[in-house]
Amino acid sequence: MTPFQDVRFTLNGAPVSVAADPVRRLADVLRRDLALTGTKIGCDAGDCGACTVLMDGRQICSCLVPVAQAEGRDVTTVEGLASNGAHDPLQQAFHAFGAAQCGICTPGMLMAASDLLARNPRPDEAAVLDALGGVLCRCTGYRKIVDAVLHVGDPADAGTIDPPAGGAVGARAAKTDGIPKLTGAELFGDDAAPADALWLRAVRSPYWSATFEIGDIAPLFARHPGLVRVLTAADVPGNNGFGIYPDVKDQPVLADGRVRYRGEAVCALVGDYDAVFGIRDEDLPIAWTERPALHGMDAALEAGAPVLHDDRPGNVLAEGYAAKGDAEAALAASDIVVEGAFETGFVEHAYIEPEAGWAQRNGDRLEIAVSTQTPYMDRDEVAQIIGIAPEAVRIVPTACGGGFGGKLDIAVQPLVGIAAWLLDRPVRCVFTRPESMAATTKRHPSRIRARYGCNRDGRLTGFAFEGDFNTGAYTSWGLTVKDRVPIHATGPYYVPAMRARSRAVFANDPVSGAFRGFGVPQAAIAHDALMDMMAERCGMDPLEFRLLNALRRGQPTATGQILQSAGLDQCLEALRPRWRMAREAAEAFNAAANGPVRRGVGIGCMWYGCGNTSLSNPSTMRVGLAQDGGVTLYSGAQDIGQGTNTTMVQAAADALGVPMRDIRLVWGDTDRTPDSGKSSASRQAYVSGNAAKLAGEDLRAQILRLANVGGDAAIGLSAGRILLREDDAVREIDLGALAADSNGDVLLGEGYFDPPAGQLDANGQGSPYGTYGFAAQTAEVEVDIALGTVRVTRIDAAHDVGRALNPTQVEGQIQGGVAQGIGLALMEEYVPGRTENLHDYLIPTIGDVPEIVPVIVEDPEPTGPWGAKGIGEPALCATAPAIFGAIRHATGVRVTRAPCTPDRLRAAILAQAGK
Amino acid sequence: MPLYLRPGSLDEALGALAAGSLTVVSGGTDFYPARVGRPLDDDVMDISRLAGLRGISETASGWRIGALATWTDVIERPLPALFDALKQAAREVGGMQIQNRGTVAGNLCNASPAADGVPPLMAMDATVELASASGTRALRLDAFITGNRRTVRRTDEIVTAILVPKPAAAASSAFLKLGARRYLVISIAMVAAVAERAHDGTAAAVRVAVGSCSEVARRLPALEAALVGRDMTRLGETVAPGHLAPLSPIDDVRGSGAYRRDAALTLVRRALDALGRAA
Repeated sequence: MTPFQDVRFTLNGAPVSVAADPVRRLADVLRRDLALTGTKIGCDAGDCGACTVLMDGRQICSCLVPVAQAEGRDVTTVEGLASNGAHDPLQQAFHAFGAAQCGICTPGMLMAASDLLARNPRPDEAAVLDALGGVLCRCTGYRKIVDAVLHVGDPADAGTIDPPAGGAVGARAAKTDGIPKLTGAELFGDDAAPADALWLRAVRSPYWSATFEIGDIAPLFARHPGLVRVLTAADVPGNNGFGIYPDVKDQPVLADGRVRYRGEAVCALVGDYDAVFGIRDEDLPIAWTERPALHGMDAALEAGAPVLHDDRPGNVLAEGYAAKGDAEAALAASDIVVEGAFETGFVEHAYIEPEAGWAQRNGDRLEIAVSTQTPYMDRDEVAQIIGIAPEAVRIVPTACGGGFGGKLDIAVQPLVGIAAWLLDRPVRCVFTRPESMAATTKRHPSRIRARYGCNRDGRLTGFAFEGDFNTGAYTSWGLTVKDRVPIHATGPYYVPAMRARSRAVFANDPVSGAFRGFGVPQAAIAHDALMDMMAERCGMDPLEFRLLNALRRGQPTATGQILQSAGLDQCLEALRPRWRMAREAAEAFNAAANGPVRRGVGIGCMWYGCGNTSLSNPSTMRVGLAQDGGVTLYSGAQDIGQGTNTTMVQAAADALGVPMRDIRLVWGDTDRTPDSGKSSASRQAYVSGNAAKLAGEDLRAQILRLANVGGDAAIGLSAGRILLREDDAVREIDLGALAADSNGDVLLGEGYFDPPAGQLDANGQGSPYGTYGFAAQTAEVEVDIALGTVRVTRIDAAHDVGRALNPTQVEGQIQGGVAQGIGLALMEEYVPGRTENLHDYLIPTIGDVPEIVPVIVEDPEPTGPWGAKGIGEPALCATAPAIFGAIRHATGVRVTRAPCTPDRLRAAILAQAGK
Repeated sequence: MPLYLRPGSLDEALGALAAGSLTVVSGGTDFYPARVGRPLDDDVMDISRLAGLRGISETASGWRIGALATWTDVIERPLPALFDALKQAAREVGGMQIQNRGTVAGNLCNASPAADGVPPLMAMDATVELASASGTRALRLDAFITGNRRTVRRTDEIVTAILVPKPAAAASSAFLKLGARRYLVISIAMVAAVAERAHDGTAAAVRVAVGSCSEVARRLPALEAALVGRDMTRLGETVAPGHLAPLSPIDDVRGSGAYRRDAALTLVRRALDALGRAA
């Protein structure tokens, strides 16, 4: 027997001694025993690098080191980077260049970079890539991280400023929450639970379809004294069902005798850490009866197939439809008709922070701190599961280490909520990486057939589309996907007649939910391949063909909506010079090539309706002026890395007329902030940006009215007073004389905005969104035709964002979206049951993302704040089509299935050659 | 509570192993990933304090890669061109975090079909030195690894070193790894090749090993025989599909068996061409 050993080592320059089981992971000991939560755990397997620390000056994954081996060593964590209170030049560069988005990979990136810089103070890009190659980032697309490391000591190169009053909108303002992400101080879902919190671990189904019975659990408690409670379906106090639509709650919190997918929670162990994690699933008294599973849509749609849900005959959740004119007649009359069939697989969000949070009961109220994209939806969902009023639940979001749609569905929330509610003790939970991948949602696999017609002059005539989407075992966001796809299926082009049908299909597969684009990226692969085919048939350049057909201001969309902002033509024109040069260079290279490498350049276009489809999705923001002269923005918009904690402050600051630095931010907490809606559907900049602007304007109007000054007066804040300057006159308001509310505010401005989105008729006609974002991207690739490998060498990404509220953040969204698009195009496919980790499921590394040149186009949206539209989802949708076009240009192969992995491309190259 | 032993001497370590089965851990880069979300309840022997197993040294007959030598040790130690393939493989193992911790010997003991160290060391004709309380033995690498995650190491033994013999003539080497992304990737296929060059510019001896295309990486003896005496700058053109007969690639999430065989042929040709350029 080996007792706990005292391990003595140097930690961030100071000696420490910790008594711990010697086999425990160093990362775990740093976080749980030494309270240094700056070191993050993303996989516990050395696959993601989030836990990177220095040991004797070398970068290592602290999740792979037995703490015993720290004995006598020198360990440096992110908390040790800053010295004497000053941030390290590396941290300063990250801040200036916007190298951190959500911040969950940032400590690992910083530690890997600090190892490099200690050996090589002026590295070149290749050295940076090699040194940071072991840390995965899912937000940034890595480019701003590379820029930051290459510019350490020269942060001014980033052009970031602390903008003056009136100059915030459009400025490269640094993130308001940037510094804590660089010091390790930021608290994510697993970083701040109370020390006495119990742990919860869900036990999950190993079968895709089964019934089960849980036997006598009493012996478990005898064997594991630290086990406090085993929760089952019978313990759910309210409704044992959840789902994002008010009327569809088909997914059980804890399965009640039947499971429909592998990874579904069947019970939850609550107790001390060692008990909860020391019990193996196979030691639990669960009697399983496996049933036949329906994998994939073919099996699910087969006549006579068993149904997953009794109220959904034929395993079809729902169908979507949009039609304008007579598509068949238009196609029949077209000079040219092209047709294609396309397929995509499951895609995993792979945020580096697994789902995590904790809950605590306070009398008749329940508080949950959780990594989420949607505090208010969480609140209402947990309330109906517990069976209490929504106001009795408080969601306090932690920093969110990446979402991309995956943290729109609830995960740990109901589990820790039920446990804390029943036990009246704080309860915490963090998913393991395999659990996160098995249990939570994916991008819908798709199967699409589409036909597009044009005349010989290249003008589009008609379009027909049928798409099936595998929504997996439960509804999740399946209804949204089936609605969004027909609306967007034509692509961002003017076509007089169209018809698009979609179906969401149940199967015994992972639950498909929301993932950056809600089906639009899948549709874009289809419509833009058809655009290339038509351009070829017409003998036209692919860019010029798209430009000819680009939907312009004043032209009706597929649903008959007339847009006031539609900058696709400007995007295409911006890309044209580079496009022509690169196309010609690639063709010249290929004509002279005698080796295996061929070059190609492709183009993709997209559009994306910002906000919920045909539904009210308002945002409310408030800006308060406190007695002490401080201004507070109460923002319910959850920052998931995209930067709303900064852009909302920019909007409020300019609307009020004060510098950003004068505004305090309270965000996310459902008790302290109004409902700003969820961070999804590329809606926050557009919808909440408006609300923040209106709230700032409202407060400004109140202040000016109080001081009886004109609209141009300048507001100056000082302790307890406000100074108003108008021409040469100065007026002063003593705030101490005014009554304060419970927040200490004496004046409170409020802004409310609900985008002008209306219901669609039976043919899907109407105005489903207030505005659309547009983009065109070109991809330059090198294909090794003997191996089927594709290397993307450059992406140019032109995006019409209406107005860039913060160009650094817009660029960050573009680069991060492009990186996910590269993954979708070339490597990402979640194979159920086989890729539940980050070494079998591949996302792009720092070496897979080339130079990305963002081009910001601003065709102002009249209903947007300062003209702004969304960018989150648009960033991803055009990339895969552009890459597939480039592969076609390089090899002649038409890619119809994503991802285009080396084996698939090589097979297609061989088939084309007739081998 | 399970055992965690961290002996300070080899004798102590071998004595403990003789007394009972223990999971041997050094860098931990394979141990922990196999236990994600599971209790760490193995009886462990941590060999990281065995100073005698560290480092890479040159001996009269060749080189000795101590069992604690990491991938970074291989990358940073000046070594002859014979080691280029192993160094190239080392740079492709995980990220630098893994290279700093993972040991070459551990890579062999883990015996993954996709172990990056196996093809280069097979092509170098390496042997594996094992010690137990009852003595030491050395086995050719292809006799040491017998299958997917299987070796002939007895539970009372530890690997103490990898021994690389000196080639008869000046040797060059090359390594190629095929994966679906740039870093942190498990190979779809990989090839290592070593050539000893005769004075007349022909190949005196060539050894080629292919990984991830069979349960254990395989040498290609028919090809090796066909390459002897060939012009070093024209080795690649000798390769024919039949030379890959020893391989038995499977379908998995990384690629189909047919693709692996096809890609391996290309990689073998390219690795041999690289040898010609290196020479």
